[in-house]
Amino acid sequence: MSLKGKAYIAGIYEHPTRLATDLSLAMIHAEVAKGALEDAGLTNADVDGYFCAGDAPGLGPMSMVEYMGLKPRHIDSTDIGGSSYVAHVGHAVEAIAAGKCKVALITLAGRPRAEGMATGTVPRSRGGTPTPDEPFEFPYGPTVVNMYAMCAMRHMHQYGTTSEQLAWIKVAASHHAQHNPHALLRDVVTVEDVVGSPMIADPLHRLDCCVITDGGGAIVVVAPEIAKSLKRPKVKVLGAAEALKTQMGGKVDLTYSGAAYTGPPAFAEAGVKPSDVKYVSIYDSFTITVLMQLEDLGFAEKGKGGQLVADGNLISGVGKLPFNTDGGGLCSNHPGNRGGLTKVLEAVRQVRGEAHPKVQVENCDLALAHGTGGSLGSRHGSATVILERE
Amino acid sequence: MAAQAQAKERKLPAPAVSPETKDYWDAAAQGRLLVRKCTACGEAHHYPRTICPFCFSDKTEWITASGKGTIYSYSVMRRAPVPYVMAYVTLAEGPSMMTNIVDCDFDRLRIGQEVTVVFKPTDGGAPLPMFTPA
Ligand SMILES: [Zn+2]
Repeated sequence: MSLKGKAYIAGIYEHPTRLATDLSLAMIHAEVAKGALEDAGLTNADVDGYFCAGDAPGLGPMSMVEYMGLKPRHIDSTDIGGSSYVAHVGHAVEAIAAGKCKVALITLAGRPRAEGMATGTVPRSRGGTPTPDEPFEFPYGPTVVNMYAMCAMRHMHQYGTTSEQLAWIKVAASHHAQHNPHALLRDVVTVEDVVGSPMIADPLHRLDCCVITDGGGAIVVVAPEIAKSLKRPKVKVLGAAEALKTQMGGKVDLTYSGAAYTGPPAFAEAGVKPSDVKYVSIYDSFTITVLMQLEDLGFAEKGKGGQLVADGNLISGVGKLPFNTDGGGLCSNHPGNRGGLTKVLEAVRQVRGEAHPKVQVENCDLALAHGTGGSLGSRHGSATVILERE
Repeated sequence: MAAQAQAKERKLPAPAVSPETKDYWDAAAQGRLLVRKCTACGEAHHYPRTICPFCFSDKTEWITASGKGTIYSYSVMRRAPVPYVMAYVTLAEGPSMMTNIVDCDFDRLRIGQEVTVVFKPTDGGAPLPMFTPA
């Protein structure tokens, strides 16, 4: 069964905080849920489907369902890292299409900054019973940044991608972030600023890396009859896909991401092609993440992503493929080190015509949001959604 | 060089050993690198599993690897108390494994470079197979 047009995104909310010292994790979940439901014109009593991932406190969705006074008849706590919430949109459409719920609420919250977490540069063991891969990885010191850096190194070796091309991704994000009053970093930066910033893990510099922030966001996905009854612009989900990419038993290939698995089915379901898309929200944990996903989703031939992203081509109003017009993870926020949900939020704003006027894409009737979760250099989740204004 | 002298002081956590991987770590303690190979489909894989991840046969066995390989990709982790090199090395036997490149000038490494296995002691556990330029 195709999911095309089976559900709509009716409400969104992004928490304005970037440092949540005075907020609990549960509070942030509830505040973003309230914000998104009010945006849609709904209340917690209307919610009959609830979706969250590992950032929610408690066992799966239990504690948050209780805390927010929800009575869901459909629940889903699939956790594929930062891509979870993009996958949740697809799952919500599936559940709605199958008649399992009509108003699906997805929430994300995190406060790594308040907790002083060294997110990207310290190797972390999950604790408890080790995963089967852990003894063969953790002792070597894999961190978020050096695992993505190995992808960048291989891409440069194989395709001639340069640090300057990667830097353009950050430059474009910074051009957008200057217009976002909530963005953590609002200064416009240059290619020279990026390549001149301290090297963290070759070839990724400090400014190739995303920010670490607190915050959160929520999405409300509803059945078509509910969407018709609400006053907000109708954002139709045209296509969705999810996948995992792994080390494949040692057949390691760092030149592509899970987007190569999710892009084609999402486009096929939506019945559109990359050149039809007016705006893209692309997971931007690092500059290399964006470049690889854009190639894998079909916006550039494999290996030619460097040319696609260079020379301001990702800047709204300047280039051909405006991306992450809120400043994205590179400049605005990365709540709980999980950036997939905010990717959907800015795509919805663009499709509604409610992005900041300085970055709003003209006649933005078709947008794509894509998330990656876990580590690009070992195993990661991947999820794509394609949205259309009706 | 200073970075090299410091590298000797990097403390390595001990790998967690399971019944499935005890032979691998015991061999490492004797200076041998093992690879798990499937006799049904003929493919070697890494990390080692009892059931082949390619054909799902349980006819897998240990083979002693040559210890030779090439760097598939790497990154010098500069933002660390003691800088180190993360890498994937593609073994002569086929699979690529996550590892570190050690005992060398980090700034002269390159993808495709030939490397050979060395074993480095951990904090109270089995030594870790790492690689150094051949
Ligand atoms: Zn096999």
